[in-house]
Amino acid sequence: MDRSEIGAAAQAVPVVQTEGVEKVYAMGDVKVHALRGISLGIDPGEFIAVMGASGSGKSTFMNLVGCLDRPTAGRYLLRGQDVSRFSRDQLAQVRGREIGFVFQGFNLLPRTSAVENVELPMLYQGISGRERRDRATQALEQVGLGDRVDHTPAQLSGGQQQRVAIARALVNQPTLMLADEPTGNLDSRTSLEVMGLFQDLNDRGLTVLLVTHEPDIASHAKRVVVFRDGHVVDDRRVTDRRLARLELQEGAA
Amino acid sequence: MNVLAATRTALRALRKNKLRSFLAALGIVIAVAAVVATVAIGQGAQAKVAAQMASLGSNLLMIMPGSISQHGAATGSGATQNLTRDDAQAIEKELTSSVSALAPMNRTGAQVVYGGANWFTQVIGTTPAYLEVRGWPLAAGEMFGREEDAAAAKVCILGQTVVDKLFGEQPAIGEQIRVKHVPCKVVGVLLAKGQSSWGQDQDDVILMPWSTLVRRINGSQSDAVGSLIVSARSPQSVGPAQREVTSLLKQRHHLADSAEPDFQVRNLAEMQNAAQEQTKTIALLLGSVALISLLVGAIGIANVMLVSVTERTREIGIRMAVGARGRDVLFQFLTEAVVLAVVGGLLGLGLGTGVAKYMAVQAQWPTLLSAPVMGATMLLAGLAGIAAGFYPALRASRLDPIDALRFE
Repeated sequence: MDRSEIGAAAQAVPVVQTEGVEKVYAMGDVKVHALRGISLGIDPGEFIAVMGASGSGKSTFMNLVGCLDRPTAGRYLLRGQDVSRFSRDQLAQVRGREIGFVFQGFNLLPRTSAVENVELPMLYQGISGRERRDRATQALEQVGLGDRVDHTPAQLSGGQQQRVAIARALVNQPTLMLADEPTGNLDSRTSLEVMGLFQDLNDRGLTVLLVTHEPDIASHAKRVVVFRDGHVVDDRRVTDRRLARLELQEGAA
Repeated sequence: MNVLAATRTALRALRKNKLRSFLAALGIVIAVAAVVATVAIGQGAQAKVAAQMASLGSNLLMIMPGSISQHGAATGSGATQNLTRDDAQAIEKELTSSVSALAPMNRTGAQVVYGGANWFTQVIGTTPAYLEVRGWPLAAGEMFGREEDAAAAKVCILGQTVVDKLFGEQPAIGEQIRVKHVPCKVVGVLLAKGQSSWGQDQDDVILMPWSTLVRRINGSQSDAVGSLIVSARSPQSVGPAQREVTSLLKQRHHLADSAEPDFQVRNLAEMQNAAQEQTKTIALLLGSVALISLLVGAIGIANVMLVSVTERTREIGIRMAVGARGRDVLFQFLTEAVVLAVVGGLLGLGLGTGVAKYMAVQAQWPTLLSAPVMGATMLLAGLAGIAAGFYPALRASRLDPIDALRFE
């Protein structure tokens, strides 16, 4: 499907719509309320940063939005589809088709080439070997690693590894890109490059949800949501947005 | 994920830890090799026994004097001398419908001398019918006749080994040899027969008329025969012949029908069956040992798979995050276990075949490689892989993706 098509058709339907979502963990006899009624909408094409201290509920929220977990109460609509009561296997399929994950620790398969890592999500969508290879190579070219397809993670720098992870997240053309502290393990210049990549992808219509505790990184987004004790305590537009490409050019000049 | 992709993924995963994969599969390798080799050796032995029995003549009956019980102490069979030439004659005359030929046999060991050469061999005293019963033709000369038996004529027939030892390349027919102290004229030479099923040289023998051996060499006046060999008319008449001989001899020995006979009638077909049964039992034993080692091999795979699942928890988390369902993960690890078992099985097949061939060439053991057995063994190895991989794979498939991703 073409990106612009999604953009046009989905104006009415939010990518993410949570309605009074709660998550309660039972830690022995004690019940921990990680989320206490979150109602949040994310429209197509948004670039949203979720902030908060550890224990604020932002990671739990990301897991729910990423369909890795189900809410204890409330509804979660992903592109209008209520996935809050889906089975484990149904959620797995939704993740495969709709969500692209980028993690702090890259989470690439060790001793496996970049292109094979990128092929991984397509393996579970029944895509043929030749098409997998073609699309994975394209995705790697898109993140600027066309010349590193056969390198294993150990042969790549941190920034390159994260680019492979981004290519892997892109390859099934997801509705939503979820990035959990994607720059946490990277130096500031590499961080800027990775944020630049996210901004480029967002400019081309991809909805991005970024989880971070660094205000610096969050200011690359268009909107910032702050979590505290399982509540959303702030939800604002970013007024003074950083543009990574520009900063990189200035740095070079 | 289809089977081909899963197999490729499995092979890649297994290659990443070659030594461990090899050790995990080693149990299966040894088990399959053991099955293939032992079955090949067992079936080879069985085939050889069958062939040898067939060469002996499957219509044969052996009649031996029985054991006697004196004051409660039983002697071994053949201890009595209650089987006589009269018994032999009676069978020959009265049982013509089921018996085609019959020969008495008395054996003795004797030193034989020709010129400067001498040799110790077995001497069999018998009648001209012996050759017919044993199905053993002469290579040269002529068999002695009934008249020579009646006259206790000093003639003999030599087995090929005896000819080689005494005469070498010299012609033997017409020469005079000494058997113990009795000079005998060589009138015939037997065709070489080779080894018996228990490795005895059947050609190391001298035949002579029964009365020549008993009267002249043994110096006995007794009519007792060591044993009788009887040839039934056909394989079908072996059973009737056995019954008729038993009842006739009982009658002649004044025994009631219900009494224990004082002789034994052995059916070579039965002996053949017994020998077959024995090799089957051994094969079964070896087979069950092999199956147990297959089980042990499966446990080895299960163990390694469990370790592997724990070690690769993060990988499982990653796969789940990008869309792998529980069943995809289950299938992946199950495939790995089966690939491990099947690759191990193939190596075992090669190794077992090699061992069997080596045995055939080096130890001269007959071996028979059987495709159905190989196929069945591979199938079992595959099943062992499924059994071994199932629990670890199930554990992997039930991991929570969030926990799995966080696993260090």
